[in-house]
Amino acid sequence: MSDQGARDRNERARHEEIDAARREFLRNIAAASVVSLGGGMMLYTMGGEAFAKKPGDPLDPRKRWGMLIDTSKCTSGCEKCVEACKKENGWEAEPGSQTDVQWIRKVDVKDPKTGFMASLPVMCQHCANPPCVDVCPTGASMQRADGIVKVNMHICIGCRYCMMACPYKARSFVHEEIPEENKRFHAPMGKGCVTSCDLCAHRVDAGQIPACAEACPEGAMLFGDLNDPGSELRKRLKEIRSYQIRADLGTDTGIRYTRLP
Amino acid sequence: MRAFGKWASAIMAVCVGVLLATTVARAGDIGPKIPIDKSKGSCVLPGDQMRREHMKILKHRRDKTMYQGIRGGKRSLSACLSCHMVKDEKTGKPLTVASPKHFCRVCHDYAAVKVDCWECHKSVPEEAGGQALLKDGAGLKDSKFAQLMKYVQGGRK
Repeated sequence: MSDQGARDRNERARHEEIDAARREFLRNIAAASVVSLGGGMMLYTMGGEAFAKKPGDPLDPRKRWGMLIDTSKCTSGCEKCVEACKKENGWEAEPGSQTDVQWIRKVDVKDPKTGFMASLPVMCQHCANPPCVDVCPTGASMQRADGIVKVNMHICIGCRYCMMACPYKARSFVHEEIPEENKRFHAPMGKGCVTSCDLCAHRVDAGQIPACAEACPEGAMLFGDLNDPGSELRKRLKEIRSYQIRADLGTDTGIRYTRLP
Repeated sequence: MRAFGKWASAIMAVCVGVLLATTVARAGDIGPKIPIDKSKGSCVLPGDQMRREHMKILKHRRDKTMYQGIRGGKRSLSACLSCHMVKDEKTGKPLTVASPKHFCRVCHDYAAVKVDCWECHKSVPEEAGGQALLKDGAGLKDSKFAQLMKYVQGGRK
C-alpha cells in the first residue's frame, strides 16, 4: 500500500514538473509575441480607457484630433488666437504682408444675398483626405496617425506643390531666415521650406491643448478627439449642427465651425 | 650574431614601447574637448562612439518625433543642448551657434564639417519647455508597455 502511495507521489511530482515547464513555455511565447508586436500595437489592443499621452510615449492611432470653432462667439477684429500662435510658434508676419509665414488668420465672411456675416479663424483644417499630402513629391507633407497634418521639413524641398493643392490656403513658404531670437525650440522653420499649422503637435504630445484654443477669451475653440464618442468635442458636435469649409470637396476636415454663411 | 639579435630586439622593444606610450597618451587629447555638464549624468553613449554615431542617433530620433510624436528624454535634441550648453562668461547666457565655443562648433570647426541643423533649429535650450520634457520622458519606466510586461511575467520572481 505504502509502495502504491510512493508511486502516486512520484507520478504527481512528475506531472507538476511537466506543467511548470508548459507554463514557462506559454509565458515565453506570450512575452515574445508582445515584444514582436511592439509598443504601438500593444497600446492599441490593451489600452482600454483613454489615457493622456506622456511626451515619451508614441502617439495613439485611435485618436483623431479636431476642433469645433463657435463662430457666434468669435468677434470681428479680435486676433487673440493669431497672436497666441505667433508667440507659441515664432512666426511674425508684417502687417499686410503677402509673403510672410502664416499659420492662422482671421477671416470675415459675408453672404451677399442675405448680408449674414461671420468672423472666423482659418488655419490648416487637418483633413482626413488631405490634398497637400497627395501631391507632395517627397513625402514631406504628411499626416500623423492621430490625424494631424504637417510638413516634415527635414525632407521638404520647397516645391510649393502643397500650397497650390490646399483649398484653404493654409500653407505658406518660408522666404527668409528666422532670426535666432525668434526661433522656437519645438517649431523649427527652415528658409526654403513650406510650413503650416500642426495643431501645436508639441503641446498635444505633452497632453496639452493648442495655443490658439487656450488663448481664446470666449472659449470659442473646443479642441478634442473626434473619434472618442465620450469626448467633450463629440458631445458638443452631437448637440450642434456643424459645418466644414468647402465640405463639397470631400476633404473631411478636422476643424469644424458652428455657423458659416 | 646572437648578441646582435638580442640588441636589435631590445631596441625594437624600446621603440614599440615609446610608440605605444605616445599613442596612448595622445589618444585622450586628440581633437577638441566637447564641453559637458557631468552633474547631469553621462552621455547616452561613450565619447568615441558618440563621435562616430551621434548623427545616426539624431536622425533616428528625428523620425520618431515626426511620425510618432515621441518627445523629450535623454536622446532628444533638447537634452543634448541642456547638458552640452556653454554659457557666456560675461553675461551668463547660453551661447548660440554663432559663437565658436558652441559645443557643436568646437568639433565641427576642427573637422571642417558643415552642419545644417541650426539653420532652422534653435541652438540654445528653451528655458522651461526642454527641462519639463526631460523630466517627464524619464518616467517611461511605468509606461503601459512596462505594466504589460510585468503582468505577463507575473508570478516569476
